[in-house]
Amino acid sequence: MAASRVDVRKTYKLYIGGAFPRSESGRSFVVNDAKGKFLANASLASRKDARDAVVAARKAVPGWAGRTPYNRGQILYRIAEVLDSRGDQFVAELVRTEGVTAAKARTYVEAAVDRLVWYAGWADKIGQVVGNANPVSGPFFNLSSPEPTGVVAVVAPRGPLLGLVSVLAPVIVTGNTAVVLASEAHPLTAITLAEVLDASDVPGGVVNILTGTVSEVAPWLASHMDVNAIDLTGVTDPELATDLERAAADNLKRVRRAPATEPDWLATPGIDRLTDFLEIKTVWHPIGV
Amino acid sequence: MPATASTAQGSASSPGIGAYADVTASEASLRRFLHGLPGVDQVGAEARAASLGTRSIKTTAKAHALELAITMVDLTTLEGQDTPGKVRALANKALRPDPADPTCPSVAAVCVYGDLVGSVKEVVGHQVNVAAVATAFPSGRASMEIKLADTRDAVAAGADEIDMVIDRGAFLAGHYLQVYDEIVAVKEACQRADGSHAHLKVIFETGELQTYDNVRRASWLAMLAGTDFIKTSTGKVQPAATLPVTLVMLEAVRDFREATGVQIGVKPAGGIRTAKDAIKYLVMVNEVAGPDWLTPDWFRFGASTLLNDLLMQRTKIATGRYSGPDYFTLD
Repeated sequence: MAASRVDVRKTYKLYIGGAFPRSESGRSFVVNDAKGKFLANASLASRKDARDAVVAARKAVPGWAGRTPYNRGQILYRIAEVLDSRGDQFVAELVRTEGVTAAKARTYVEAAVDRLVWYAGWADKIGQVVGNANPVSGPFFNLSSPEPTGVVAVVAPRGPLLGLVSVLAPVIVTGNTAVVLASEAHPLTAITLAEVLDASDVPGGVVNILTGTVSEVAPWLASHMDVNAIDLTGVTDPELATDLERAAADNLKRVRRAPATEPDWLATPGIDRLTDFLEIKTVWHPIGV
Repeated sequence: MPATASTAQGSASSPGIGAYADVTASEASLRRFLHGLPGVDQVGAEARAASLGTRSIKTTAKAHALELAITMVDLTTLEGQDTPGKVRALANKALRPDPADPTCPSVAAVCVYGDLVGSVKEVVGHQVNVAAVATAFPSGRASMEIKLADTRDAVAAGADEIDMVIDRGAFLAGHYLQVYDEIVAVKEACQRADGSHAHLKVIFETGELQTYDNVRRASWLAMLAGTDFIKTSTGKVQPAATLPVTLVMLEAVRDFREATGVQIGVKPAGGIRTAKDAIKYLVMVNEVAGPDWLTPDWFRFGASTLLNDLLMQRTKIATGRYSGPDYFTLD
């Protein structure tokens, strides 16, 4: 029998601007599996990686927001396709990192695919639901329509795949770009998802994923003047959540507050995650009399 | 660091440019001199520029560098679509780059086409210099009369500085004396009625000079012709300013001062967009030419987008949080 093959040990990097760079700080941290055994090294993002990610996200806004909602829906659907075809890989990864059974992991992966399809469907419908032709007492057409808010920072929740997809999809489907700070406990699945995004026609910079410590990086995103909104779903420390909200107030960021308890990600969501990161634009147009 | 041209030019006892009168006396002697300059070690120059670019400048030194870089900016707009209104807006920005912060210094100059000098002058008065590009910018392809008229018009309109382009075609063809005579003639055209003269910057368009040896020759040629500044590029040709090219030019001005006692300024222009880049240039100025050049009188950045990045980094240091382009003027 031949000598056993040498393992290919994967190094998990960041996902910024459509590329997979190491942290500029050169730091990494050890990620263990559910049994406490070494699993892989992941990049420990610094404030400068967050800065670079925001620059990449800002650069991607005009192109992404300028696409038709239909096209964004198609791209989300494409993410679902690619994720589905790599389902086994995600199942195996969830079993190792979370220590759940294969059947349970399969439920999460399938729910994540379905969640993407669900949000993909909203792409060209949200405008009709939250937009309106307003009745006004004057000779005007008065139309309100939702517009993406811009760059959204997301502190992802613990659920490594379903949780992440459930907070990411609603942000980008309406035309925002995202800087995601992956769950501190389960960073690897986020980077594997980045590989899926990278293969799904998602333009570089629309989604940027950082792995590292929430308390180190999140404050820089919260105070960043070029970030338009922040989703604190994954912040578990109430004191940190308050600090982040306070920092976010400096440029009047939209803030989605940290939930009191981890939401049930398997339940069908409402559209509040979509509408939280939209601005309503109202146009007054004179009617020729 | 590799020793360069200084040895070839004789003693350091400051004999002045006059000592080179025989060099510029004829085409043959000028060519002999320029081709006698030591060649530039291309790999060495690029490696040195790259290694100087890795210096980490932090905290108070960084704050100082950003402040200095702002005062060195020649805020530039050289578009066919420039209007008097647009250059007035730019001139206002030059005076008060960050309207939210009165401690923010003004830039060094506003750089525009000659016909817009008056519009800028109305706004800035004597608080900020006005630089005008002249001599058939950016190609430099026009008759001598037109180039000189271009220069005189700009000076008459009140330009404090003239950025001229050399005739690269003549330079590359080896007609060095023609290029020399042109610079001398434009320098004369910079004279004002009261005897003072507008500062002359000579643009080489290093992206078209092909080799570092040519950049060194062009530098010496312009310096011998009496320029006040040597400038890399018009910004219309890629590559524009690069670190190695600027390194070669900084070595030239350093060696020229050693040989003649005359100090010449350097202005990289085009392609410098981030504060990080600007700081790399400042490190290089300090290391290659020396701290004497670290003032707006002797070193400038020709740039437009650079200023906003400098302001954002400056604001970041002041407030402790990252700033964004939404908070600075579009230009």
